[in-house]
Amino acid sequence: MVEAAVAMDHAGHAAPARGLTRWLTSTNHKDIGTLYLVFALVMFLVGGAMALLIRAELHAPGLQLVNPGFYNQILTVHALLMVFGAVMPATVGLANWMIPLQIGAADMALPRLNLFSFWLLFFASVLLTSTLFLPGGAPAAGWTLYPPLVLQSGSAFPVAIFSIHLMGASSIMGAINVIVTVLNMRTPGMTLLKMPLFCWAWLITAYLLIAVMPVFAGSVTMLLTDYFLATSFFNPAGGGDPVLYQHVFWFFGHPEVYIMILPAFGIVSEIIPTFARKPIFGYDSMVYAIASIAFLSFIVWAHHMFTVGMPVAGQLFFMMATMLIAVPTGVKVFNWTATLWRGSISFEPPMLFALAFLFLFTLGGLSGLMMAIAPVDLQYHDSYFIVAHFHYVLVPGAVFAIIAGVYYWLPKWTGHQYSVRLGQWHFWLTAISVNVMFFPQHFLGLAGMPRRIPDYATPFADWNAVSTIGSFVFGFAQLLFVWLVWRCARGGERATAQVWDGAHGLEWTVPSPPPYHTFATPPELR
Amino acid sequence: MSHAEPSPGSAYYFPHGSRLPFYGSASLFVLMAGAAATLNGAAAGGWILGLGGVLLAGLFFAWFGQVIRENQAGLYNDQVDRSFRMGMMWFIFSEVMFFAAFFGALFYTRQFAVPWLGGEGSKGLAGLLWPEFEAGWPTNGPAALGPRADGSFDVMKAFGLPAVNTMLLLSSGLTVTIAHHALKSGQRALLKLFLALTFLLGFSFLSIQVYEYGHAWHELGLQTGTGIYGSTFFLLTGFHGLHVLIGAIMLVVIWLRCLKGHFTPRQHFAFEAVAWYWHFVDVVWLGLFVFVYWL
Amino acid sequence: MLRRNLARFAIAALVAALAATPAAADWSLLNLPRGVSELSREIYGLHMLMLSICTTIAVVTFGAMTVALLRFRKSQGAVADTSLVHDSRLELVWTVIPVLILVGMAVPAVARILHIEDMSGSELTIKVTGYQWQWHYEYLGRDVAFFSRLARSSDFARQPGSGIDPATVENYLLDVDRPLVVPTGTKVRLLLTANDVIHAWWVPQFGMKRDAIPGFINEMWFRIDADRPGTYRGQCAELCGADHGFMPIVVVAKSPAEFVAWLEQQRATLARPE
Ligand code: HEA
Ligand code: HEA
Ligand code: CUA
Ligand SMILES: [Cu+2]
Repeated sequence: MVEAAVAMDHAGHAAPARGLTRWLTSTNHKDIGTLYLVFALVMFLVGGAMALLIRAELHAPGLQLVNPGFYNQILTVHALLMVFGAVMPATVGLANWMIPLQIGAADMALPRLNLFSFWLLFFASVLLTSTLFLPGGAPAAGWTLYPPLVLQSGSAFPVAIFSIHLMGASSIMGAINVIVTVLNMRTPGMTLLKMPLFCWAWLITAYLLIAVMPVFAGSVTMLLTDYFLATSFFNPAGGGDPVLYQHVFWFFGHPEVYIMILPAFGIVSEIIPTFARKPIFGYDSMVYAIASIAFLSFIVWAHHMFTVGMPVAGQLFFMMATMLIAVPTGVKVFNWTATLWRGSISFEPPMLFALAFLFLFTLGGLSGLMMAIAPVDLQYHDSYFIVAHFHYVLVPGAVFAIIAGVYYWLPKWTGHQYSVRLGQWHFWLTAISVNVMFFPQHFLGLAGMPRRIPDYATPFADWNAVSTIGSFVFGFAQLLFVWLVWRCARGGERATAQVWDGAHGLEWTVPSPPPYHTFATPPELR
Repeated sequence: MSHAEPSPGSAYYFPHGSRLPFYGSASLFVLMAGAAATLNGAAAGGWILGLGGVLLAGLFFAWFGQVIRENQAGLYNDQVDRSFRMGMMWFIFSEVMFFAAFFGALFYTRQFAVPWLGGEGSKGLAGLLWPEFEAGWPTNGPAALGPRADGSFDVMKAFGLPAVNTMLLLSSGLTVTIAHHALKSGQRALLKLFLALTFLLGFSFLSIQVYEYGHAWHELGLQTGTGIYGSTFFLLTGFHGLHVLIGAIMLVVIWLRCLKGHFTPRQHFAFEAVAWYWHFVDVVWLGLFVFVYWL
Repeated sequence: MLRRNLARFAIAALVAALAATPAAADWSLLNLPRGVSELSREIYGLHMLMLSICTTIAVVTFGAMTVALLRFRKSQGAVADTSLVHDSRLELVWTVIPVLILVGMAVPAVARILHIEDMSGSELTIKVTGYQWQWHYEYLGRDVAFFSRLARSSDFARQPGSGIDPATVENYLLDVDRPLVVPTGTKVRLLLTANDVIHAWWVPQFGMKRDAIPGFINEMWFRIDADRPGTYRGQCAELCGADHGFMPIVVVAKSPAEFVAWLEQQRATLARPE
């Protein structure tokens, strides 16, 4: 028996275990949140290092650093690590830390499951990264893993598939935990419509996760059986269809991008009111907007497939459904703007990143809207225009929001105030270089540069060089961030409980850092 | 068990630390690595896989054992109970979505891919590539894939053994409900009897399915490699069968707990969770029976 | 003080970034090409419409945000109006106006889709098959078929460590051994399929791309303007393995008369039907 006795400290005053044991066994939501966040940061650096390798190869025409097969491998692993290893875990980490504090719960509802989700993710990522070192290399079919190409993978194939299964299981358990915590653990008096928007965003994200991760698991399972059991799901000779995979994948894949952005919406909705010193504008419509975005995200998937030759009715439907998403998203953008209006705005690092999010996410959303127009997407599709779109919504979108969230809550977690000045340096370097890095990619795509190529025609050389310069500045700037977080964790000026003068909510009523156990008795709502 | 035992209604129980999650993740890691190695034909693969399986079994014993002990110690109040219920419900929902992927594949191929390959519908141009092929269902595709040299195969008739299996599962749904009512009204003997009946029905179902698989594989020319029909047939019924197996094992566990005197008419979350799961398996089967065997 | 420094730094960084832009940047390479076919011009027009609508939306929303950020700064003594939390009329306005804009965008888009999908009345059909990594073209009913792959010059230069500067290679990676030849002013229909994995056929000057999927056939058509004979280049646009970046498409458009002559010559000498 692994665990002989029941842990008996239900009185709720256990101190953290010491050393490694703490991180391997703690079911405390704060510890698990920290684990997730640190893990996400490491994955961001690893995935980012791969991105830098990609950009280095692309800095000039000709093959300089990697061969084409390996290029496709790092491309695939870059995307998978960033999505499943960096952005999603980071938002889960924030959820772990903040949801209990925001709703006045002592912990997540299912603490052991919580820790299980984390370690499962960890081992799954180990499996995924190990594929780079297996004979034949990592899967090289892009993060979308389209058959038949992906079926040409080597021995990494089943490893990658199983790692996806484990990641899916981890996400589902994490999502169940969030739902149960939010629905069952709120302090008395905290009705759903009094909940902070971050909790709302995460609640709906969790529903998306539960609905689509199993579908992803199913789609890669069919790949696996096509590979090993001779099934014909994606093989026309047996009556299947490669495009079937794309439908099933994007039924997951599209909601997946909202899984990455909805928590970001939640974070930004916390930060903007704090630094505008004004409550969020249109709270109710914010909630309805998130819900509508989530709902619509289920019926737009084939906008990734306008060139596969869908029947016309399908193209029309998916085009119009996709366009509709602009409406609730617009509501959110306008509400944030209205929150700024007649506020009393100051520009601390969290606010700077949230504001950059506001501008640059909108920019990325607008290019998304252009791609939703099926006839013009026939030009944009699989060009760098797409790469520009999704990096705008993912990097200055999701990643900026996460960084903003870290800047916002870091003094709360560590009890120390960080160097605001260093944070501002980090911000300006990051915000400028991100545009140098990704804006020219719009031009490249429109001029006809396909994505997923390691080498390109000479007319594309200049803007690629610019993009590469931007990416290295961006990478360097992130080292400042790592340094800042490290320093803040080690020490610094003591932070007050409220930290920011405009901050409101339960999380700001507990001391900074919060004691290991908070809200052992449910707090009173003021 | 030390300490005073709080009665239901007191504070929410939070475990403080557990080695099981790490251990469980590591076992799944071993299991998956072993599975991948086996599929790749590595010599040690089977051993690693087996080790992973043993470790995982250990996890289930330890984890559920712990939860049961905590439960028996009265650590779980109503709020904890509610968390478990919600957790189970959403877990089942995720399972529904897993099956949805395969049902989706079935509907898509039947409605679109196969007709197109046969030259019908808006993308019927594909038929030019397969001039000989006539769309229909069941089919093993234009290349008539499968074990038989002439490309033929037979299917299981819906109103033979599959219909028997339907009856078995439906009655097991009934027996588990009777057991539930018995539990709620404190009739323990009835409870034990009908619970046992339930998993016996489940195992009978599985035996018939095993027989059916052998028959299909060896005599009907119906294998996973028998084109899209074989693919959808085996994946859908196979994953369903796996879920019946898991459900039946859980029923056995619950039954053993009943024999030990666990559960009260008021508090019996584990029983209900397993019953829900069993009903879910039932409903999936009805979908299978209609869309895989019958129509 | 701090802020002034930062602002100065920001401007300096921006200037540096712009200076990093190579002076030789070809400014015509910033937008979609108008193209040389009926459809490409329609798509270009639609693209410009969407671009201008989106730019306008961006200017308006970014403008509002910027005004707010400038006017309501705490450092300028702005005091928050905490009663401004809700305004149903305003919220209705910014829900309804976007819907109207979207309807305005959808109408022309639908018309374009229907035109793109109208395959009727084509005068020449070519079957295009993607291979790892080359294209096969078959002029249906004309007894001409051939493979088309990356030109030798590019293939040498692209090898790692070739020592050849791509800039010295004409049409680096955009040249093939045997181009596809089509007549101008004629509705040409392509039947696209693939032999192994999915590829996609894309010539930006023709306005669109379409996937070539093994086991299935996709259609697309184009009609090159009668007065625009010439050579048009594109690339495979669906990841198809290691050499996905190295399977270009070159189309030579000739006047119908020259095309017929070319076809005759092919039939007579080079092309054995495959
Ligand atoms: C966080 C991630 C994220 C987010 C939020 C989005 C948001 C959107 N995306 Fe994006 N998308 C991706 C990540 C994301 N996307 C990724 C990763 C891919 C590529 C995958 C791959 O192929 O590898 C992709 C690809 C992709 C495609 C496929 C392109 C192709 O391959 O051909 C399309 C097509 O429709 C699309 C559309 C949209 C739309 C319409 C939105 C909308 O949600 C945007 C809505 C927002 C706005 C419109 C701006 C704000 C609104 C206003 C200011 C209101 C006023 C506006 C109007 C009235 C119009 N996306
Ligand atoms: C959340 C997701 C996410 C994030 C954050 C990023 C971040 C970045 N991405 Fe990525 N990307 C994707 C998701 C993401 N990407 C996806 C889904 C694809 C499509 C894949 C496909 O086609 O299948 C893609 C594809 C993609 C391409 C297209 C390649 C091609 O089509 O051929 C490029 C090219 O420029 C690129 C670049 C970058 C860069 C420069 C960053 C930068 O923002 C990264 C910045 C971070 C750093 C630079 C880290 C800093 C660290 C160091 C400097 C030190 C390193 C030290 C150690 C490791 C110890 N990405
Ligand atoms: Cu062929 Cu890419
Ligand atoms: Cu999408």
